Amino acid sequence: MISIDIEKKLKSYKGQHILQIKQQFAAGSITKIYGPSGAGKTTLLKTIAGFTEPERGKIIVNDVVWFDTESKINLPPQKRMAGFVFQDYALFPNMTVKQHLEYATTDTEWINRLLAIGKLGPFATHKPEYLSGGQQQRLAILRALAIKPKLLLMDEPFSALDPESKSALINELKTVFEELKTTVLIVTHNPQELDGLTKMEMNIS
Amino acid sequence: MDLTPIYLTLKLAAITTLLLLVIGLPVAWWLSRGRSFFKIALEAIITMPLVLPPSVLGFYLLLAFSPLHGIGLWLQKTFDVQFVFSFKGLVLASIIYSMPFMIGPIKSALQQLPASLSQASYSLGKSRWQTFVKVLLPNIKPSLLTAVVLTFAHTLGEFGVVLMIGGNIPGVTRVASIAVYDSVEQMDYHTANVYSLILFAITFVLVIAVFIFNKYQLKSPLE
Repeated sequence: MISIDIEKKLKSYKGQHILQIKQQFAAGSITKIYGPSGAGKTTLLKTIAGFTEPERGKIIVNDVVWFDTESKINLPPQKRMAGFVFQDYALFPNMTVKQHLEYATTDTEWINRLLAIGKLGPFATHKPEYLSGGQQQRLAILRALAIKPKLLLMDEPFSALDPESKSALINELKTVFEELKTTVLIVTHNPQELDGLTKMEMNIS
Repeated sequence: MDLTPIYLTLKLAAITTLLLLVIGLPVAWWLSRGRSFFKIALEAIITMPLVLPPSVLGFYLLLAFSPLHGIGLWLQKTFDVQFVFSFKGLVLASIIYSMPFMIGPIKSALQQLPASLSQASYSLGKSRWQTFVKVLLPNIKPSLLTAVVLTFAHTLGEFGVVLMIGGNIPGVTRVASIAVYDSVEQMDYHTANVYSLILFAITFVLVIAVFIFNKYQLKSPLE
């Protein structure tokens, strides 16, 4: 169970507004998060992962307090270890596909399985600059999964994939999520694209 | 032909560059993260040698480390170390004088890396140190190389600071740039020319090597 109750100031060209989120997610559930640009979808994910702090509130994940302004608890991202798929991928330019996964985990069996899921086996020794946009995006997803996260935060994770590889990947991911019992939050502009994965949704406006 | 000044110059530049790399990397990393008045003030102080006449810097270092009073006296008494008119003093002065050349390029390169790169590494459970060594440093190699070579070359070219704090002691503090000046003073243009040519050749090769290396081999992977 993941419980979030936060308030965070957002600055945009329209001025300041306050992002207020009070929501609970069942353990192992998959939720798509949608809403207009600038509403704070990415900020919500970054706040949960610990990259940025809310002004006030509480984040509790599987009975562990990650953040609480009242008791001044703020776990660093390293202790939260939420899998994170960045909108800009944030791949490491100096590492090959395989090195990305080896940086995250030492479990070679798991690495090989991930490479198969992302269909990146033939490109294991390639660096990101020699991958297509879709391959880069798949690598970003695999890297986040490499740590077998209990909570996975995905920011527009399928935007660069063609419909065919998207549905193939989503099918594979479904199995992995179930196996790992991962709770997943997916930010998307296009909620319909995830219909095969989940019906649960959350609107931020 | 006495080549000691050339040897001294190269030794000074090598030691300065090495020490500055050790000092500069953590400072540049710290300066690249966020903004505060203290950071801005520190950065200004580090940058001062770029615009200050070297003789001014040398003058204050001379005063500060004079063994007659203050820090200089304390260092002399406690550690038996004297910075004025010694090779150690040259190293210390060079470190301060060349610091902006080491820290500047590394700091801007680190700032230009997207924040998500570090965040991705943190989310995988990696410490700041691991992230710095495995993710940040390898992705700023061209700037790192530029910083190292510029620092080295700039130290080769020192004159004012070195003269003020080190004087002109043969075999101890008479580096090539001072030997050139000294030779000209004594109307020995031939010797001045030899030292000058050697300095010119070394710095030219260094600078051109950086340009070639950065252009063809180590183009920033983020470009």
